[in-house]
Amino acid sequence: MAITADHIRDKLIKELAAVHVDVEDTSPNRCAASFKVLVVSSQFEGKQLLQRHRMVNTCLAEELKEIHAFEQKTLTPEQWEKQKSQ
Amino acid sequence: MNSLLRSTARCLRSGAAVFLPRQADGRVLSAPARLLCAAADNQKDLGEMVKKDKVVVFMKGTPAQPMCGFSNAVVQILRMHGVDDYAAYNVLDDQDLRQGVKDFSNWPTIPQVYFNGEFVGGCDILLQMHQNGDLVDELKKLGIHSALLDAEKESK
Repeated sequence: MAITADHIRDKLIKELAAVHVDVEDTSPNRCAASFKVLVVSSQFEGKQLLQRHRMVNTCLAEELKEIHAFEQKTLTPEQWEKQKSQ
Repeated sequence: MNSLLRSTARCLRSGAAVFLPRQADGRVLSAPARLLCAAADNQKDLGEMVKKDKVVVFMKGTPAQPMCGFSNAVVQILRMHGVDDYAAYNVLDDQDLRQGVKDFSNWPTIPQVYFNGEFVGGCDILLQMHQNGDLVDELKKLGIHSALLDAEKESK
């Protein structure tokens, strides 16, 4: 199964009710071996960073078996607005 | 201290070797009783490994020679805070440890950082803790004074 940025985005939107997702293929020749994601979801509210990252890891557990490297940033909608305005 | 770490790693390897009975180095296992509970041992050893030092890092390569950008980032962040005295385990030396630590922490990637036996997170989390100031506080809880505090004072 080839993992695409679109597949990751769709899954995060569907399972974590993400309101905004950025997925970047960070592998040198864009061969879908490593990804960097930004996930914005209200489900992260009141949760520690570790818990948020675990939610993303759980959501993408199958995909992560194939992915070599994975970077993530997890924000609540409020944090996302604040970051955009900076 | 170093020999203690090595012996734990060796112990872990021999415990986990039951999954890979024919390893390249042809290690002979001399304690059959140990094999019966090898899987449990593996996790128990990890439980002890992460508690033995205040700061424990599972990484690719060594602090002197990291073999992956993410592991390097963790080493550099710790160095910035003046944390030099920590246990670093190279998972590239040991495939059982590489998978074992992922199972132990239920975390899919390397590097992994532990403070006082508690899983802190990987590179992204440590970096964000560094950026938002939490890392200084967490180190303080371990009784480690971050070198960045002194750097701030000097610049004022």
